[in-house]
Amino acid sequence: MAGRVAGKVAFITGAGRGQGRSHAIRLAEEGADIIAVDICRDYDTVGYGMSTEADLAQTVKDVEALDRRIIVAQADVRDAAALKTAVDDGVAQLGHLDIVCANAGICTVQSWDEVTPAVWQDTLDTNLTGVWNTMVACAPHLIAAGGGSIICTSSTAGIKGLPFLAPYVAAKHGVVGIARTMANELAQHKIRVNTVHPTGVNTPMVEGLGGLNPLIERDPNLGPIFVNTLPVEAVEARDISNAVLFLASDEARYVTGLEFTVDAGNTIR
Amino acid sequence: MAGRVAGKVAFITGAARGQGRSHAIRLAQEGADIIAVDVCADMPGMPYAGATEQDLAETVKEVEALDRRIVAAKADVRDFGAVQAALDDGVAQLGRLDIVSANAGIGSSPCAAEELAEQTWQDMIDVNLTGVWHTAKAAIPHLIAGGRGGSIVLTSSAAGLQAYANIAHYVSAKHGVVGLMRTLALELAPHSIRVNSIHPTQVDTPMIQNEATYRLFRPDLDHPTRADFEPASQAMNVLPIPWVDAVDISNAVLFLASDEARYITGVPLPVDAGAVIK
Repeated sequence: MAGRVAGKVAFITGAGRGQGRSHAIRLAEEGADIIAVDICRDYDTVGYGMSTEADLAQTVKDVEALDRRIIVAQADVRDAAALKTAVDDGVAQLGHLDIVCANAGICTVQSWDEVTPAVWQDTLDTNLTGVWNTMVACAPHLIAAGGGSIICTSSTAGIKGLPFLAPYVAAKHGVVGIARTMANELAQHKIRVNTVHPTGVNTPMVEGLGGLNPLIERDPNLGPIFVNTLPVEAVEARDISNAVLFLASDEARYVTGLEFTVDAGNTIR
Repeated sequence: MAGRVAGKVAFITGAARGQGRSHAIRLAQEGADIIAVDVCADMPGMPYAGATEQDLAETVKEVEALDRRIVAAKADVRDFGAVQAALDDGVAQLGRLDIVSANAGIGSSPCAAEELAEQTWQDMIDVNLTGVWHTAKAAIPHLIAGGRGGSIVLTSSAAGLQAYANIAHYVSAKHGVVGLMRTLALELAPHSIRVNSIHPTQVDTPMIQNEATYRLFRPDLDHPTRADFEPASQAMNVLPIPWVDAVDISNAVLFLASDEARYITGVPLPVDAGAVIK
């Protein structure tokens, strides 16, 4: 059986590990070639380490083990020029672009009065402007291809006002706004734009959020907002990748402007 | 490769033709056995012919051609006892239940809200909202008894997320389906049963391809045709298409029904070519 995205090419940001690597593998399993970028460098403002060049090399190995092609570059989504170069170079080598996963993101945990200007700026620059830069770099290639699917990674924090995550919540809400606008503007080119909204995912980023529990203990009334409806504490990266695969495939050819929660019912409580 | 819903059993209402038949075929292609019901009759106030027993027999034939089992029965979703009896019999024969597609629904002639006959309002609510609840009510005990969780997919509409003039009863029923979906998602989560709704724009089936729908969209014409309807229908969407195919809805049902969506619940999923973001 041909894969569900056979013959397509996908650009993925934050592909060094976590959800980004999982998306690369899942799409490759279903026949896509991959253009992968990751910053592979730590932030001064983020308490956990970013992925490394070795992580990105592992993504390459995993995709190549599936007999798919992959082009990688080290690129910071905050740097529009670097991102454009990476996309243009990848498309030059793989021939076209069909799928875009704007996945790269950072997260810090603190109460509102502990948000420093640097944390605010880094989070907005990466999680919101980085998504915008990704769309702008990729859209011309999708238009040239005659259509495509853009999937932006938002969060339950793009729907609810999760406490102790103010910059993250602001950026993830912003992602929904630009996705809706781009869904309208790009529809004439048969380009679809959707967001996915994971609840907690078992990845290095979420493991880096150790500081949440002491904050909840300060105001236990806020604890339930993080609780899922389905009896599962966190989902796996592959669960998000399966939603990305559906949205990327032609099975979703008329699905656009959707906020797709993969959140074990977190946002309906 | 094993199918994406291999070994599962799906209950589908309104399965004689249109989206319901398409769901039966798509799920059977991916390995599910099917319990199919349809009223197989004209419905009150419906400005087009209802499905027939021959239509339901054709669904049976198409599923069997895929080497899947299907148990079909004539049942009206307004009649809870009939729905329950049909489903209980299907589960007895096929051994389990995993997937529910509450798909049966009717369209209507355009009418200003204050001029709607009370019976027209009632018939619409009875079929498109109460019928969905009956379907879920009959299915939930089987899903819980199975102990394997499950996936319930309710067919709403773009009209379940935003209003359209002159079909107040349809818009009300389809909005009601969203409320039911969200409540069931909460109530059933402890059993790992997921509940989501699908919101199609116009789908190329008998429910929209009839003169009453053409008149809803082209009140400027005495006898509008499919060709007259096409540009007006496309104006609803942002993607440059007039309507979607039944299989586009089936593909969304398949995804939600499959274990790939094991942690997706409470989602109103538009398959609407962007109609609700316009």
